[in-house]
Amino acid sequence: MLTQEEKKRLQVLACKVRMGVVEGTFHAKSGHPGGSLSAADVITYLYFQEMNLDPSNPRWEDRDRFVLSKGHCAPALYAALAYRGYFPVEELQTLRQIGSRLQGHPNMNLTPGIDMSTGSLGQGISTAAGMALGAKKLGKALRVYALLGDGELQEGQVWEAMMFAAHNRLDNLTVIVDNNGLQIDGPVEKVMSPYPIQEKLEAFGLFAQTVDGHDFDALDRAFAAARERKGQPSAIVMKTTKGKGVSFMEGQAGWHGKAPNAEQYKTAMDELSAALAKVEAM
Amino acid sequence: MADGKKIATRDSYGESIRDLAAEHEDILVLDADLAGATKTAVFQKAWPDRHIDCGIAEADMIGVGAGLSTMGFVPFCSSFAMFAAGRAFEQVRNTVGYPHLNVKICATHGGISVGEDGASHQCCEDFALMRTIPGMVVLSPADDVEARAAVRAAYEHVGPVYIRFGRAAVPVIHDPAAFSFAIGQAEVLREGRDVALVATGLMVAEALQAAEALAEKGISARVINVCTIKPLDRETILAAARDCGRIVTCEEHSVIGGLGEAVCSLLAETCPVPVRRVGVEDVFGHSGPAGDLLRQFGLSAEHVAQAAEKLVQETA
Repeated sequence: MLTQEEKKRLQVLACKVRMGVVEGTFHAKSGHPGGSLSAADVITYLYFQEMNLDPSNPRWEDRDRFVLSKGHCAPALYAALAYRGYFPVEELQTLRQIGSRLQGHPNMNLTPGIDMSTGSLGQGISTAAGMALGAKKLGKALRVYALLGDGELQEGQVWEAMMFAAHNRLDNLTVIVDNNGLQIDGPVEKVMSPYPIQEKLEAFGLFAQTVDGHDFDALDRAFAAARERKGQPSAIVMKTTKGKGVSFMEGQAGWHGKAPNAEQYKTAMDELSAALAKVEAM
Repeated sequence: MADGKKIATRDSYGESIRDLAAEHEDILVLDADLAGATKTAVFQKAWPDRHIDCGIAEADMIGVGAGLSTMGFVPFCSSFAMFAAGRAFEQVRNTVGYPHLNVKICATHGGISVGEDGASHQCCEDFALMRTIPGMVVLSPADDVEARAAVRAAYEHVGPVYIRFGRAAVPVIHDPAAFSFAIGQAEVLREGRDVALVATGLMVAEALQAAEALAEKGISARVINVCTIKPLDRETILAAARDCGRIVTCEEHSVIGGLGEAVCSLLAETCPVPVRRVGVEDVFGHSGPAGDLLRQFGLSAEHVAQAAEKLVQETA
């Protein structure tokens, strides 16, 4: 269970990660703020509460692994890595620019802290399953986390990987689905419904839980239950809001892959600064 | 071709990876429900805990291999060329090639000699697909001896490697005692000055036979075995172009995108000489016995000899 202090710290950091997302995509004049903001809380939770890491040794063999299968949400991951100490926070402004270590989608060979290069949807989860199997073969106690989008569930390879993970009893793997309900062409249920998600995951042999993805207490309970579960991989389906934290981006499919202009940038940063001040004052 | 022995290079793969695994604990073999056909069943029997069957899911197999490689294993992902290079192309490109992971993609059943299964399984596009991936090594061994050496070399090379093996038994043309192998090194099997036959895979044995037939007609043909399709051995091929002035490429692959076009690109920019490409024309295959198909699709010693003779006459 999270202490009040831990929870406040996570809320503060999540605000900063969101500001990093807005900062990066504004300077890049491109990128994917919507899904980055819906996933900002869980990425913050993973990097500051859940995962066993050493930022001074990004390639530490016994570290927990994270695969951003929905690689387009790299801005949130980069912001978390920067605040966790993998590289300077100022570097977030170089996102997507020539010469930057922060590519449009994660590159494990360029950016400290990235465990797998991703970007083409459906593929990251297979690599996470491979890591989890490898850890078991090596007798390592580390855990592997893969974050997928709900639209990404439309990729057939995702289900190949789910079958593989359950068949091999990869209880060191946790698959997280960011169910923000929107993809590029519109609501997921209109484009190609992935629902019911939890039932599908259960049918594939995973221990699945559905939680509010913006509630740190709920996330904490779900990840604790996942850790306890033996003999099968776990899944956490997070109900989230696309664009969470920036009022004009919330629930808008149009903000999937669009950068804020100068005015929108200012409004977004003002809102997030106010949210940060409010959390800090608590 | 000393004793006329014939072995399918897929058998060479299964046995050599089984044996190599005794020396290296980090080797794993992944399959997609084809262990019997890719011949990795012999590995599975010897090392059951190091064999991972991914089921009929080649895309996932490549991703799992990538993940395992980041944990320090050296996965050999096995399937038919059609599915390893074809179906899983984008997984190979994005999840193995782009991060330059140490994954070996071992594809059996390359080319038209798959035979009776027909066009759906006859992959004549794998060189083309794999060559375009930056940093990918592409190997196409000619016989049992070279296939075994290629497996060992692929293990020793740090980075992605694609190896194509065949289904059909092919003549053993190398003497294992006198053979040495290095990635990127082509092999001059026969000296000649009128034309160079630049061949890969099972077409190397055919090119050697063609050179015999050409010699009887007074044409001196050099025979070069190009096991490494990428990176291409520029020096050996350029020397052949300079010395012979004519090249015939020979491959069990589409004339589009394979060894023939790789050689043409090199020569066009560096040492333009007339080239003829013996390969599968821009068509799909069909069912039939492997030997009959190879002859029907123009992939025999006779066709190579004819192409070389015609080229010599045209450019006399």
